[in-house]
Amino acid sequence: MDYTLNFGVVFRNIDDLLSGLLLGLEMGLAGLLIGSLIGILAAFAAVYGGRPARIVVAAYVGLIRNVPILVLALFAFFALPGIGIRFNNVVTFAAVLAIYAGAYLTESFRAAILVIPKGIIEAAQSIGLTRTGTAIWVIVPIAVRNALPSVGNNFISLFKDTSIAAVIAVPELTFEARKINNESFRVIEVWIVASLMYVATCALIAAGLRRLEAMFPKF
Amino acid sequence: MDSFLAALDSASGPLLHGFGLTLGISAAAVLLGSLIGVAVGLMLTYGGRIASLPFRGFVDIVRGTPVLVLILASFYMPAGLGLSPGPVEAGILALTIFCSSHVGETLRGALNAIPPGQTDAARAIGLTFPKMILYVLMPQALRQIAPNFVNTAVEIVKASSLLSAIGVGELLLTTQEIIGRTFQTMEFYALAGALYLVINLTISAGGGWIERRVHTQ
Repeated sequence: MDYTLNFGVVFRNIDDLLSGLLLGLEMGLAGLLIGSLIGILAAFAAVYGGRPARIVVAAYVGLIRNVPILVLALFAFFALPGIGIRFNNVVTFAAVLAIYAGAYLTESFRAAILVIPKGIIEAAQSIGLTRTGTAIWVIVPIAVRNALPSVGNNFISLFKDTSIAAVIAVPELTFEARKINNESFRVIEVWIVASLMYVATCALIAAGLRRLEAMFPKF
Repeated sequence: MDSFLAALDSASGPLLHGFGLTLGISAAAVLLGSLIGVAVGLMLTYGGRIASLPFRGFVDIVRGTPVLVLILASFYMPAGLGLSPGPVEAGILALTIFCSSHVGETLRGALNAIPPGQTDAARAIGLTFPKMILYVLMPQALRQIAPNFVNTAVEIVKASSLLSAIGVGELLLTTQEIIGRTFQTMEFYALAGALYLVINLTISAGGGWIERRVHTQ
């Protein structure tokens, strides 16, 4: 066992790792934004919709939350082109991430809507807002603020899940790290650096979220 | 549909083997990870400032790292130390590390949430520290973390699919091999998804059943 640590190769390729990190953040952010939209709509359907809507939402959430995201990604990337749905690997993975996040965020937003006091909704109606107006101007802003901590946690796990895109050859951080691993055999250094890059990014996101939460006081 | 059934018939043996491997690896990781996780949780809570520090670092690093990176690191890093674990061992190692950090962190939260009066009362009746942990604090904390523990188990089963990336012949890799042979991409990925769904819904249902029994006591 004569292994001496040498970070040289890893740091020479730090540009690839950083651009991979950025791509992961972009996919995570896209997944979060579209997923939030899905989550808000599905939460409204679950809370205010009838029985059929509730069943559809429950089926969506139950299905997505219990199937590995890698299976969903492989299905989207390899099986869907067979019926004419074909995108490149980055778009496909971001879309899968959005659908995946949507299921988790549905639960977050549903809980956030349910804790809004009845009086607020009655007040909105008594000043003449329509049902749609109440939803858009009153319920959504309060629900988004209520759900902020949970949405933030979801973003952190989404960002970590972007590593799975490496399996369909998206050149994000894990993919680049594995490439360095295979080319240089610096098997210890590369994973220490990759892991610390993920840890540091997650910590930064968490700190940013705490500031965001402080900027918008809890309702 | 007929061609799918024919392909399924010839692939049922490997599929069953992959399914079994997914269950076995997940069960091993959950069991080992929970045992280590309990130790981690106790150290985080009662270890004191110095002794808890390495455990804090372990939990924070593992929880900030994607599972796939843990898996790849467990697979490749030992080579630098002159060890060469097989994919299954590396996979169980990675999932055990993942599980123990999650169990450790939730257990810490649960132990901290127990009212201090419980500790005072246990001391007052003369229980030693290990007995207090065993008879007073752990039963309450474990009941607290039950729902979270079920979630962790589901996450482990889902994460075990990532072991296909290092060549563990579990359910997903077996599915990919069958697809490579039959080209029935949609059918077999859907089947794999359905099988994961069955495993996880069973875990959730079992967890709910245990929770109800524990809470009625």
